[in-house]
Amino acid sequence: MAELGSGSLPLIGDPAFNYQQDSEQELSERLKRLYPAVNEGETPLPRSWSPKDKYSYIGLSQNNLRVHYKGHGKNHKDAASVRATHPIPAACGIYYFEVKIVSKGRDGYMGIGLSAQGVNMNRLPGWDKHSYGYHGDDGHSFCSSGTGQPYGPTFTTGDVIGCCVNLINNTCFYTKNGISLGVAFTDLPPNLYPTVGLQTPGEIVDANFGQQPFVFDIEDYMSQWRAKIHGMIASFPIDERVGEWQAVLQNMVSSYLVHHGYCATATAFARATETDIQEDQSSIKNRQRIQKLVLAGRVGEAIDATQQFYPSLLERNPNLLFMLKCRQFVEMVNGTDSEVHCLTVRSPKSQDSYPGSPSFSPRHTASNTHLHSSGADSPTCSNGVTLSKSKNHGSSLKYPSASSSACSSSSSSPSSINYSESNFSDSTKSQPHSTNSTQETSDSEMEMEAEHYTNGVVEGSTARIMNGTYKHEEILQPDDNSICNGVADEGRSSTKQIWGGNQAATERMIQFGRELQALSEQLCREYGSNATHKKMLQDAFSLLAYSDPWNCPVGQQLDPTQRESLCSALNSAILESQNLPKQPPLMLALGQATECVQLMGRVRSGSCSFARVDYFLR
Amino acid sequence: MACLLEAPLRISVLSEVTATSRHYVDRLFDPDPQKVLQGVIDMKNAVIGNNKQKANLIVLGALPRLLYLLQQSSSSLQLRTECAVVLGSLAMGTENNIKSLVDCHIIPILLQGLLCTDLIFIEACLRCLRTVFISPVTPVQLLYTDPTVIPHLMFLLSNSQRTQEYITQVFSHCCKTPEHQTVLFNHGAIQKISPMLFSPSYKVRMQALKCFSVLAYENTQVSATLVNVLVDGELLTQVFVKMMQRDQPVEMQLTAAKCLTYMCRAGAIKTDDSCVVLKTLPCLVRMCSKEHLLEERVEGAETLAYLIEPDVELQRIASTTDHLVSMLADYFKYPSSVSAITDIKRLDHDLKHAHELRQAAFKLYASLGSNDEDIRKKITETENMMDRIVSGLSESSIKVRLAAVRCLHSLSRSVQQLRTSFHDHAVWKPLMKLLQNAPDEVLVMASSTLCNLLLEFSPSKEPILESGVIDLLCSLTQRESPALRLNGIWALMNMAFQADQKVKVEIVRCLGTEQLFRLLSDPDTNVLMKTLGLLRNLLSTRPHIDQIMSSNGKQLMQAVTLILEAEHGIEVKEQTLCILANIADGNTAKDLLMTNDDMLQKIKYYMGHTNVKLQLAATFCISNLIWNEEDGSQERQDKLREMGFVDLLHKLTQSSDPNLSDRAKTALQQYLA
Repeated sequence: MAELGSGSLPLIGDPAFNYQQDSEQELSERLKRLYPAVNEGETPLPRSWSPKDKYSYIGLSQNNLRVHYKGHGKNHKDAASVRATHPIPAACGIYYFEVKIVSKGRDGYMGIGLSAQGVNMNRLPGWDKHSYGYHGDDGHSFCSSGTGQPYGPTFTTGDVIGCCVNLINNTCFYTKNGISLGVAFTDLPPNLYPTVGLQTPGEIVDANFGQQPFVFDIEDYMSQWRAKIHGMIASFPIDERVGEWQAVLQNMVSSYLVHHGYCATATAFARATETDIQEDQSSIKNRQRIQKLVLAGRVGEAIDATQQFYPSLLERNPNLLFMLKCRQFVEMVNGTDSEVHCLTVRSPKSQDSYPGSPSFSPRHTASNTHLHSSGADSPTCSNGVTLSKSKNHGSSLKYPSASSSACSSSSSSPSSINYSESNFSDSTKSQPHSTNSTQETSDSEMEMEAEHYTNGVVEGSTARIMNGTYKHEEILQPDDNSICNGVADEGRSSTKQIWGGNQAATERMIQFGRELQALSEQLCREYGSNATHKKMLQDAFSLLAYSDPWNCPVGQQLDPTQRESLCSALNSAILESQNLPKQPPLMLALGQATECVQLMGRVRSGSCSFARVDYFLR
Repeated sequence: MACLLEAPLRISVLSEVTATSRHYVDRLFDPDPQKVLQGVIDMKNAVIGNNKQKANLIVLGALPRLLYLLQQSSSSLQLRTECAVVLGSLAMGTENNIKSLVDCHIIPILLQGLLCTDLIFIEACLRCLRTVFISPVTPVQLLYTDPTVIPHLMFLLSNSQRTQEYITQVFSHCCKTPEHQTVLFNHGAIQKISPMLFSPSYKVRMQALKCFSVLAYENTQVSATLVNVLVDGELLTQVFVKMMQRDQPVEMQLTAAKCLTYMCRAGAIKTDDSCVVLKTLPCLVRMCSKEHLLEERVEGAETLAYLIEPDVELQRIASTTDHLVSMLADYFKYPSSVSAITDIKRLDHDLKHAHELRQAAFKLYASLGSNDEDIRKKITETENMMDRIVSGLSESSIKVRLAAVRCLHSLSRSVQQLRTSFHDHAVWKPLMKLLQNAPDEVLVMASSTLCNLLLEFSPSKEPILESGVIDLLCSLTQRESPALRLNGIWALMNMAFQADQKVKVEIVRCLGTEQLFRLLSDPDTNVLMKTLGLLRNLLSTRPHIDQIMSSNGKQLMQAVTLILEAEHGIEVKEQTLCILANIADGNTAKDLLMTNDDMLQKIKYYMGHTNVKLQLAATFCISNLIWNEEDGSQERQDKLREMGFVDLLHKLTQSSDPNLSDRAKTALQQYLA
């Protein structure tokens, strides 16, 4: 994603480059649409033939998509193959590519199929173990054997042959000119590469890995499996006693409404379903008020209100306070914070009650996912899971009372364990495994568990879910006594100056900046250096360096959507201080489901492609 | 009132049960309208899902009273509605119930009820009408007797989803003939129903789709209109294509594929259109797969057979799609040995569908193999295929027998199969058996297959001849159905080709000259052509010619004269002249021509005809007459020269047609020698 972002900036390059970039982007988009569950960072999709993984008789051209034969072609000993750049990721669910026969050459001994890494390339696909092919001269299919089975029609110049791998049931079928020829292979091993083999001079074939629309309607085939898997999910038997399932669902909805402070809706829901609300009304309203302030960009007031309603909260969470202040600074630049409040904030005095946590506040990672790429989260994720595994093993998978321990219990599912395992291999690359785990144990266990869930939710879907839930405009509108209401939203299109060029305001802001700097240094002294804090501070201060902060490289900070993560972090901290879950069970369930689906891809369960959580959220 | 006539018989049996039932009926006659209403409501609750109760009430005469109450404008709307609901419920019972309802004239009464303005009442009436009309025992014609009914139903379509569902369902069940299609078409069915394809209700969409499939079936006019219909800015064909998407309900995919199939067969969509090749055909092949219900597999195979029947390219594509040929072999595995063991219900279900499955598979094999030799080979090489066909020929179900013989017929068009698998499996035996006492439709196919088996290169020809087939074939030529006459005479023609004298004599004897002449004046040109072909085959090799002509010469010459004088196509005349040429090839038979000046004049006329084929045949005839090496050739040459044939031949040597000029030159050489 970062590549695309930076790529769009220098679009005034030479036209050929742009063209290629365009088609490359088109390919990326098509692949993303076809295989939404594939994380290309982890498992890249095949996009061309590999110039390295081929026999010498094979020549490549046209961006490594065209294959031609350049050997003698005397007999089968002159056969030559080429594999694609990457194996087919299991998360594709259903994978498809097409090969057009440009010329059948002398004899048309062409084979199209699949092979595993390391299979001899001086052969046609299908002749060896872990190699599978459909041959044009006789129409036979070759399943790891030198003798073929009658399979389909022969193919020749002008035909388009497609190869579809079903990673759900591990079968493969071919198509000819858009017509399915039926299953060719079953019980396929994982990690196969698209492969073609040629054997006589003049043979030329072109591959289509998604560069062009396919002749066969693969999306229609996918839709059948999507429907099938959704049917399986829908009819999955739930072990329940009468009404229990319904009660769980009601509880989840209710706790979600309460969590986000939808007081009236929650009350109405509770009345309709005859259930109880966990938190009292005034508390919900307080939180709602604080959240509105944050989302409106009036962070200073939000801090005040927090300190008024929950006196020791921020003192116990210096990291949170720091983040709030940073945001306040940003909002000052934005012109949304009310200046009177922002200068009268007290700095925290008391000690932190969680000695282990400061270096590792959950909210940092959360806000990081928005500011930077999400890659940084994974080690922390695995840490959290490893711990919870040892601690909560064997707890049940229910969400009855919304306490934090109940939430963490759901992490004991076996899928989470796998998750940590797969991440170990990642982390060992950068640092030894043992170091990693000692770090963990020095941290607070409770905190770490919570960490995992934050990531689980944020990583996969929070951004989308949050957007769907909070509409800035909607929240801002009823708040009619706000001072700088709506400025952020209106002013973004036209160029404007900070504080409208008000000198005094700018000075006040600089002064606030100094206090913030001081707070940072104080935290540094007390808890040790914190890279995330530094970066945050640096980014915030950088805004002042530009005449038009809204259109500068760090200008994204000013986007009102950036308030959401902070808002939910504050909300969670408040709830936690009231002994209520910091995450609504609904979000935990969602986060876990999202994680599970991703995990399925890693353990090569192809159905994950069609069991996506966001499909159900539409 | 059949229901009342039956009553006394049944009451004695049901006396106990009827005691409570009678109470319900009695309450319908209460003077207090409120009590009547309550009685009808109680009756409604009593009959739901209770077939026995339904039968009792009918026997006890509830129907006339309910219908009376429904018709009375003095009844409250609620009462009338409840009556319609109860009647609808009664209609849900057995076929006997439906019969009773129809006998009580429920249809006109309900149709009359549709003129009311109250939607609830209309819906109740429509629901009941729907239930009555979808029963196979209801005569569909009842919908069309009153010409105002269809327009009114069209008008009601816009009222609610329910009216849409019920009315379209009535339409699709009552549209059985081209006339019905035309009536519905002329009343704007297409324009009214097409928006329903986008209805939020699945049932409405489905019924609308079904309606289109019956409207388009074998109807060029409807199909041609359908392809141009736009719904919501989208072509109807594209809407159907979307409905065939794999994530749609199977029923919908299948029905949409039917619509497109019918439109294609009616010529509205080309067979190479991508919506046929890439969508409809694969969808139907998919329906044949094991994962679908037996009913769906039957319908899928039948529809696919119909789609690909006339087009060899579609047959080729289908034959390579998803292993269709071997997939169809599974259709013969019901009831499976497993189903017999596991549960009796499954066995029953399988048994019920086994015939349907087999006949559908045979039909599809027949379509697949009707043109392409490779596909035929693939079919016969499918596991036990020939055995299956052979046993299919003697199955009890006539549908299966017919489909099996169709399949056999399709495969019999292959020279190779005739020589190999047909002979190996002695296919002719069950076929001959089938030909005895079979119904006409089976007979047509079987005899047509027999024609192919009697081709001279077929090894089955000999054993068939020995089985005494000639009598059978001769009797076929006397049938009323032109197809049977044609096949009979065709088979005889094939049989006579290069046959022994014995066979030929037998054919002539069996057929009899009278029948032969009757066939020569057959109104069906095809029959006439094959009869002439038979004559040609009979009149080959000199001894045969002389023998036949010596016994039947006079009549034959007469018949030939008649044909040449009558209004016939070029092919018929050509064939007749060829017969004359054959006669002219005989030794003694020549005289029949030479003594017939009238006939010679006719030949002369055809030598000067504008059509080269006729000129050629006539010249051939003369050439045979003047052939040197035979007795009396000199006299014949002289006579023909006198008649001016030599000049004519000289003229023909100048013909632009090389065949004709060659033929004329060869003939002239006979004079030089």
